Amino acid sequence: MGENGSVFLPEASSSFASEVDALFNFVLAVSTVFFIAVVGTMIYFVIRYRRRSHSFVPAPGKDSRLLELVSIVFPTILVLILFTWGFQVFITLSTAPPDSYEIRVRGKQWFWEFEYPNGVVTVNEMYVPLNKPVRLKMSAEDVLHSFFVPEFRVKHDVIPNRYTTVWFEATKAGEYRIYCTEYCGTQHSAMLGMVHAVPEAEFNTWLQNQDQDIPLLDLGERIFSQYACNACHAIDGTRKIGPQLNGLAGITRTLDDGSTVVADDSYIRESILDPNAKVVDGFAPGLMPAALGASLTPRQLDGLLEYIKSLE
Amino acid sequence: MSADASTSVNYLNHDRSIKSWLLTLDHKRIGILYLVVISLVFLGAGILALFIRLEQIAPGQDIMGPDAYNQIFTIHGVLMVFAFIIPAIPAILGNFVLPMQLGAKDVAFPRLNLLSFYLYVGGALIVLSALLVGRIDGGWTFYAPYSIRVGDSILFVTMGVFVMGFSSILTGVNFIVTIHKMRAPGLTWNRLPLFVWSLYSTAIVQVLATPVIGITVLLLFLERLLGIGIFDPALGGDPVLFQHFFWFYSHPAVYVMILPAFGIISELIGTFSRHRIFGYRFVALSSIAIAFLGALVWGHHLFVAGQSALASTVFSLLTFLIGIPTGVKVVNWVVTMHQGSIQLRTPMLYALMFLILFSIGGFTGIMLGVLPIDIHLHDTYFIVAHFHYVMVGGNVIAALGGLHYWWPKITGKIFNETLGRIAAGLIFVGFNLTFFPQFITGSRGMPRRYYDYPVEFESLNQLSTYGSWVLAAGMFLIAGYLLHSLFKGKKASANPWGSLTLEWTHTNRLPIPHNFERTPIVTRGAYDFHLAKDLFKDEPSGNGVDSHQVPDLEQEGRPEA
Repeated sequence: MGENGSVFLPEASSSFASEVDALFNFVLAVSTVFFIAVVGTMIYFVIRYRRRSHSFVPAPGKDSRLLELVSIVFPTILVLILFTWGFQVFITLSTAPPDSYEIRVRGKQWFWEFEYPNGVVTVNEMYVPLNKPVRLKMSAEDVLHSFFVPEFRVKHDVIPNRYTTVWFEATKAGEYRIYCTEYCGTQHSAMLGMVHAVPEAEFNTWLQNQDQDIPLLDLGERIFSQYACNACHAIDGTRKIGPQLNGLAGITRTLDDGSTVVADDSYIRESILDPNAKVVDGFAPGLMPAALGASLTPRQLDGLLEYIKSLE
Repeated sequence: MSADASTSVNYLNHDRSIKSWLLTLDHKRIGILYLVVISLVFLGAGILALFIRLEQIAPGQDIMGPDAYNQIFTIHGVLMVFAFIIPAIPAILGNFVLPMQLGAKDVAFPRLNLLSFYLYVGGALIVLSALLVGRIDGGWTFYAPYSIRVGDSILFVTMGVFVMGFSSILTGVNFIVTIHKMRAPGLTWNRLPLFVWSLYSTAIVQVLATPVIGITVLLLFLERLLGIGIFDPALGGDPVLFQHFFWFYSHPAVYVMILPAFGIISELIGTFSRHRIFGYRFVALSSIAIAFLGALVWGHHLFVAGQSALASTVFSLLTFLIGIPTGVKVVNWVVTMHQGSIQLRTPMLYALMFLILFSIGGFTGIMLGVLPIDIHLHDTYFIVAHFHYVMVGGNVIAALGGLHYWWPKITGKIFNETLGRIAAGLIFVGFNLTFFPQFITGSRGMPRRYYDYPVEFESLNQLSTYGSWVLAAGMFLIAGYLLHSLFKGKKASANPWGSLTLEWTHTNRLPIPHNFERTPIVTRGAYDFHLAKDLFKDEPSGNGVDSHQVPDLEQEGRPEA
């Protein structure tokens, strides 16, 4: 027994897994002792008091209040200890630390979809940083599913029209299977995923590189909606607090200092990264946070550029 | 009356026409009708279980595709739970034994009793007719919204369960009234056989809880038929609400399954230890307590289903509390054997097996009551193993013990004791080989209702499949020697085991149609063997083989009750 698992339990790979295991092993040990005591006594009685004479009628056994009382009070104390201990661990399992990294999980017949805060979406493969609490915000698209990672000792049903959550902190690098544990149809047993617990630096690199296999235009569209650019920039020709973006590519714009500029790639790129360098005439400077652009990876920036240019 | 029972009138030979069987109002015959039908259901659902195990012998596809597999485990579950375990002991043995144990001619409402039987058969047929309409899929728990999307077959399954529920309710009402109103003179509550007490508490649950499953499956029926949007999230319904409704019945139903088993175990241990049940009052009243408390723990099925953490905490506490009376019963049975006179006949072997297997089921139940452990184990094979230890290790083993115990009274014949012991051994080994490995596959992470599984679980699954063959061999052996005993078995005496309850001491080898020639007068408790020493005076009583043992009422007249 221990962190490498036991006959009964798989490896313990999350921060609270060994707490759960301690409980499990405690109940197992106490149960085994009681079980052996009960069955041992039973076997002893069967041998010791086997019927020797067919006409023998034993004296009636006397009821013993003391024995009854002991057999009620003692187990009651034991289960109350179990309850209290279990409750404490349950609180840990139910309360995600406030600084948890949040991943959105969607269960569908029959695969798992994971969406990261930067918009990256993966299917059946979930990467998580080691030694960092991760909170999963889960829902289902069709029927009930249930998210289960044995090595983390976490499980929760995934339900349509409702968010459910689990959290964990992976403490050992490795790959851990995700099972669906709520029956969901034909391919229920094939609804498998994999958690990759990797060091945080590696996780960040992975996350950055996840954009590689998406077409630039799709990536840009996703970034556009994810960063809610359209909150300020209309793409249908109406006027919002920022300049409209449809039909932007190649036109000539008048700036607030009276000069003009052709809206080429470099201009758009500069306006994303340093919004106040050139301000379109009639719009207030200083409204758009420069930090938005700074958080983009080069490829995300390229994608956004392509998307904006595609707007007509 | 003649000593040769074959020439005397008894409940089997007084009228042999088919009509007299199909329209019988005799509780004993109704019990036999149930025995035949329920045995067929058990055979069918058991064969399905063998297919399940066979498919699981190796990862990937072995003998069938996933759709077939999913249907088979669903049908296995629905039939076993609703058409076998719930009615088995009360409807078969309860019907046969209860009125006789009370010293009564029949149950209070014999016609209602017959109606219960036909409602049961009708309900079972409606469930099976779903196969003609489409797939039966989604597991025996019918969790929405999957169950609603499966197809129109769900309409038939839910309607069948609904109808079978009425059978259960009517049987419950019948038993409650019978126990209250039809006890023989002198048969006070404190003298009742514990099997009667257990049927009484079972009946309470049947009457109070079964309407809830009726309402629930009716709502599911309407959901499918009319799309009223109670459970289906696509219509704004709440699938977790279904789980609450479902388990509000189905957890008490677990006690419908296990309480009568407790009763049988008390009979067996009392008789074969020839000893008063230790803590009789506690054993009797704890069944009633369990019946009521059982209605308050349904939420432990929903620890990971989306109910609030507070609700889970409360349900966890209540679950522990209901475990205690159950555990104390086990202690009481063991202590009963202390300074007794124990005879290891086949029925007693089942009682001992029950104590072992049910204890494992109980301890793993305590484990599942601990919130963080349940989170890990929920919906894995650990659960499958746990409830098979409780339901098969508890209910089915007790039912087999009871069937062997009352077989001489039902048929007038005694089965082959050697084969009986061999079969009991096969069942014990086969059962543990089948289900113990599932504790490990489950706690190591294998989910239930899995058609395919990762290769690391293969060896344990194989072991489990081999076990299912041993278990099946035991079951078929039992069927074989019981059927054989009907034709070739030795005649049993009226009281082959040396029991003290009225169905043994005051009826003929085969009871007459109205059970008793005269209403018995009861002067002692059901297990006061020391007050009935006359029964065991001369002959080697209770060895179950010889046809002439004490007390042979037909020769010696009635002993003082």
